[in-house]
This record gives sequence, structure tokens and C-alpha cells, in this order.
Amino acid sequence: MSLIEITEVKKRFGDNEVLKGINIDVAPGEVIAIIGKSGSGKSTLLRCINGLETIDEGSISVAGAQLLPDELHLKALRLKVGMIFQQFNLFPHLTAGRNVMLSQMVVKKTPKAEAEEIAKRMLERVGLAHKFDAYPDQLSGGQQQRVAIARALAMQPIALLCDEITSALDPELVSEVLAVVKELASEGMTLIMVTHEMRFARDVCSRVVFMHQGRVHEIGPPEEVFADPKTPELKQFLGVTH
Amino acid sequence: MSDFTTWDILRNLLLAARWTVLLSLVSFIGGGIVGALLLFARTAKGKAGPAFVKTYVELFQGTPLLMQLFLAFFGLGLFGIDVPAWLAASVALILWSAAFLTEIWRGCVESIARGQWEASASLGMGYVQQMRHVVLPQALRIAVPPTVGFSVQVVKGTALTSIIGFVELSKAGTVVTNATFEPFKVYGLVALIYFCLCWPLSKSSQILERKLNVAHRNH
Amino acid sequence: MNYTFDFGWLIEYWPVLLKGIGITVELTLVGGVLGVALGIACAWARALGPGWLRPVVAAYVELIRNTPFLIQLFFIFFGLPALGLRMSELQAANLAMVVNLGAYGCEIIRAGIQATPKGQFEAGASLGMSRLQTFWYVVLIPALQRIWPALSSQIVIVMLGSAAVSQIAAEDLTFAANFIQSRTFRAFESYFVATLIYLALAIALRQLLRGLGWTLFPKRTAR
Repeated sequence: MSLIEITEVKKRFGDNEVLKGINIDVAPGEVIAIIGKSGSGKSTLLRCINGLETIDEGSISVAGAQLLPDELHLKALRLKVGMIFQQFNLFPHLTAGRNVMLSQMVVKKTPKAEAEEIAKRMLERVGLAHKFDAYPDQLSGGQQQRVAIARALAMQPIALLCDEITSALDPELVSEVLAVVKELASEGMTLIMVTHEMRFARDVCSRVVFMHQGRVHEIGPPEEVFADPKTPELKQFLGVTH
Repeated sequence: MSDFTTWDILRNLLLAARWTVLLSLVSFIGGGIVGALLLFARTAKGKAGPAFVKTYVELFQGTPLLMQLFLAFFGLGLFGIDVPAWLAASVALILWSAAFLTEIWRGCVESIARGQWEASASLGMGYVQQMRHVVLPQALRIAVPPTVGFSVQVVKGTALTSIIGFVELSKAGTVVTNATFEPFKVYGLVALIYFCLCWPLSKSSQILERKLNVAHRNH
Repeated sequence: MNYTFDFGWLIEYWPVLLKGIGITVELTLVGGVLGVALGIACAWARALGPGWLRPVVAAYVELIRNTPFLIQLFFIFFGLPALGLRMSELQAANLAMVVNLGAYGCEIIRAGIQATPKGQFEAGASLGMSRLQTFWYVVLIPALQRIWPALSSQIVIVMLGSAAVSQIAAEDLTFAANFIQSRTFRAFESYFVATLIYLALAIALRQLLRGLGWTLFPKRTAR
């Protein structure tokens, strides 16, 4: 039984059709890497799964929660999937701890003491327990991104969407974030990540999706996709000379 | 030439200036409340709310405050009530201030990065929660300097209410001039009192703005 | 509310309105052109001018920006004759508008000058231009382009503010409305029509200034 079902999803921006009928089923505990050139629609797909973009055709459901464009359905869906952004998007007016506490308190109505307890645990999980009272602008990019992960985890999602979460980081900070993601994967978290980290995709992911011009061009286990690309587009993308 | 000492003049003007201060406060606070309501309507989803506020702002920013005062004065009179000048003045100035404040604040809300809306949405927050916990706390900080700056416009705007007969500083200036025949001195003093009311507001707006810029640079 | 609106007087009184519109437009034109010119001169003086001039201009700007236009108008028309400076209603109205826009324009234009990259001044100097030449030929146009929207809104504000000149009996649009309502006793309708005309003037002026911006700063991107 799939956890996330993406069926015949189409999305247009004006005349430009960015998603031309996407079908992907994700089983619980799977780690999916979506790769492809910029403009291939991979980020848009991820944003659709979280309801940040509406879809024109098809359907998306996560553990039975259907993506429908009204507040009630959106909220139900977003409680099940967390999202991590390229630009971290921490709330600059709140400390790291408060960042993690806020949505628990206002969305889930968790009592403050409990929210604080959970926040501490989540920050510890990403190795930042000691930064509870630091403001975002006092943290490095890598630390900010780890707080963002803790913030999403605090909502106890059953899946996590990662949108190029290391692209805005200085090279030396990438590994600390990927280490956290790897840890999550090993704990059985369902992950869908748009990424440029091919090595990470090969080492950690259960399946790789190659998107090209708004379609799923190739899909399969990483050893297959990376070692034996079938289409010339993927070969070119991976830089395989033939 | 006249039996009025400078002190007599000044005292009369200062007494009238109390009404300028009171009307300014009423207009600014009332305008702030109406402006905040308009802001919610302006930034909300849907079409009717934003379109209404846009037209509202266009009308109040595209016509003279003096005309708005006249229309409030004579317009309220159409309902058969005898409208006191203070009431027409307050109504017009509140609606006028609201248009400017809502426009200033909209700029501040829109300057909050898209990512903040998206991140809070992805955490399951609804529009009101996003505004209350994420966007407004940030927007408020940047809104303070221009809002304080606008209060100067409100104080100066109250001068026009003298024309519909509200007795405040400007009206007192005219009355005292007619009694003393010393327009140079009287209007000079009137200007000085306005300056003493407005300049501290202008200056603090500038200082707040500078502080904010410095804080931003440290980010 | 059992009031019947009556706009029948428009038939008889439209020439009065037309004359008022003419005066308001004329005031705006003169006030706009000379006010911006004064604003440029003051902005230069404040940002790049000689040391003794800067505080003088600063005082002028602060004084105007922190007092109501109505009082500036009264001071010029009723107060200045005490110093032997007597002028007509229209001259006083014009002067008040120029002085008013000059102060606001100064601050707006100064912001545009201060946003000029330092390299522009250095490039001018390295080519042997004087500071004034650099300002005039190199700095001013891009600076104006940068702040043109803000300057345009200020000109519209000054146009709308000109309604106050009716109080010294300058025969502008508001004066016309006052006159009509005193004759017809149709106060609300008179001011309503005048308000609509002001709205139309404001929209037209905004368009005009936008068009002027395109002509003055063709196809150059502001930096």
C-alpha cells in the first residue's frame, strides 16, 4: 500500500505546461531522489505535494489525505508532510527553539511546556540542543537548515519533502545537513528530495526519479539509474560519455 | 496698536493647540484601527476585499483632504442631523488616515519574503495564524518608522479642519489675527507651535529608520 | 434621508468650474516646474554644496516639512506684507506651492543623489570635470530617474493640497465650488462634483508624469 500517490498530475503556468502527467507511488519508508535539469518541473512537483501550488489535473494523496484547494484539506495534508526549503525560511524574529515551538502551539494546540520539551528533543536530534535560544541570524547556514528540519519534525510528519536543501549552503556546510537527512532515512522516515547531490542520492536513496520536460523520464533504484542510464537525456545529464 | 501682548497671543494659541493635539490623536488612532481592518481585507485571498480597499485608497489619496472634509460635513448633514464640526473633522480625518496607513502597512507586509508565507503554510498554519505569528511581528518592526512619519501628516492635516469651522490652532491663528492685526507675528507663532509638535515626530521617525537599517545590516 | 440630489445647477455654472480648473492646473504647472527646480538646487546644496549652505537649506526643509501648507500660505499672504512684501492671491498661492514642493523635492532628490555609486563621482573627477559639472552631467539624471515615482506622487500631493489656496481667495477649483454652493445652496453636490474633478485631475497628472518619465529617461535602467 503506497503512502503517497501521485496520479496523472498536470500543472500549467499560463501557457507553459510544467508537469505533463506525473505518476509516482511512494511506499512507507522509501527515500526518493528527484533529479533533473532546472526547469524540468522537479521543484514544482514537490511544491504541489505540499499544496504550495495547486494542480490543474490529476490527484495527490498522502496517507489518505487528499490534496484539495481549501484550507481544511490543505491543513490535514500539511500535518502529514513536512517541507524543508532551499532558503531555510526560518522565522527571523523567533529563536531557534521558538521556531520549533510555534506551529506546534498554534496549529496543534500543544501546551507550551510540552511544545518546549518536543522542541528541545528535536533540536537535540539535529545536534543543536545548545542553540535553543539563538536567533537565526546568529546561526550558520547549515545550522539554520538543521533547525528548519527540527521545526518540520516537531509536527511529527509521516513524510518529509526536501527542496534542494543544500543548494544555498557553502560547500563545507553541506555534509552536516546531509548527515541529519541520512540519519532520518535510517530511522525509516519517508523522504522525497529534489537534489543535486548525486553521491548522496546513490548512497541513501531507494529510488531515483529523473525528470525531463515535465515528465518522469526514468525511474528506478539508484544502482540501475546511475550505472545504466537508458535514455540519451539522462546520459547527458549524468555526464556519461558514449 | 493692539492691547495684546505676545504672551496673550501665545497663550490663546497654546490653548487652541490642545484641540489640534486631541484631534490628531483621535484621527491617528482611529485611522490606525480602520487601516488595520482594511489591511486584512487588502492582503486576504479572494477578489472583492482587495478590490474594495484598492478603490478606497485611490479615492482618498486621489482627492484633496479639504474636499473630504467638506463632503463629510455636508454629507453627514444630509441625514438630517446637525453635524458639529468636530464630528465631521474626526470622521474625515480617520478615513483619510486609514487610507494612507493601510497603504504604508501593505508595503511592509509585502516586503516580507514569500518563503515566510510558504514555510508557515507548510507547517499547517492558516491565513490568520500566519499573519498573527509570522508576518505581522516582522512587518510591524519595519512599519514603525514610516507610521511615526505619517503622524506628522496627520497633525498638519488637522489644520484644514479650521476651514469647516473646527476651532483648533489654525482657526485660533485667524481669530487672533483678526483681533490683533499682527498676522506676521501670529502666523509665525502658529507655525512655530506646529513645528514643535511635528519636528520631534519627524526626527524620531528618522532615528528609528536609521536604527532599523543598522539592525538589518547585522543580519 | 429624504434629500433629493440636484445637479441642475451644472448647466448654469460650468463656466465657473472651468475657470477654477484652469487656475488649479496653472498653479500646479508653475508650482510643479519651479518647485522641482528649487528641489534640485536645494538637493545639490544639501548633498554637495558648500559647508555654510547646508544647514541653511536643512533648516528651510525642516521648517516647511513640519508645518501645514495652510499656515505657510497664510504667513506668505497675510504675514509678509508686514515686511513690505505684498503680492496678489495668485502670486502668493504660487509662491507657497513652489516653496512647499521645493522642500519635499529636496529630500526626495537628495535620496536619489546619495544612492549614486561613488564610482560615478570618481569617474567624473578623473575626466577633469568640476564637482558641479559632475553633478549636472553625470549624477543628476540617473538620480532623478531613481526617485521619479516618489517625486511624481509628491507633485500630485501638492496639486491636491492646492485646494487650500481658496482660503486666501485665489480663485481655484475649490474657490469655484465654494462660490457655487453659496449661490445654489447645493453644498454637497458642489463639493461632490469638485471632488470628482480633482480625482480626474490627479489621475491625469499621474499619467502625464509617468509619460514624462518615459521621455526624460528613455530606456535606461536605474541603478
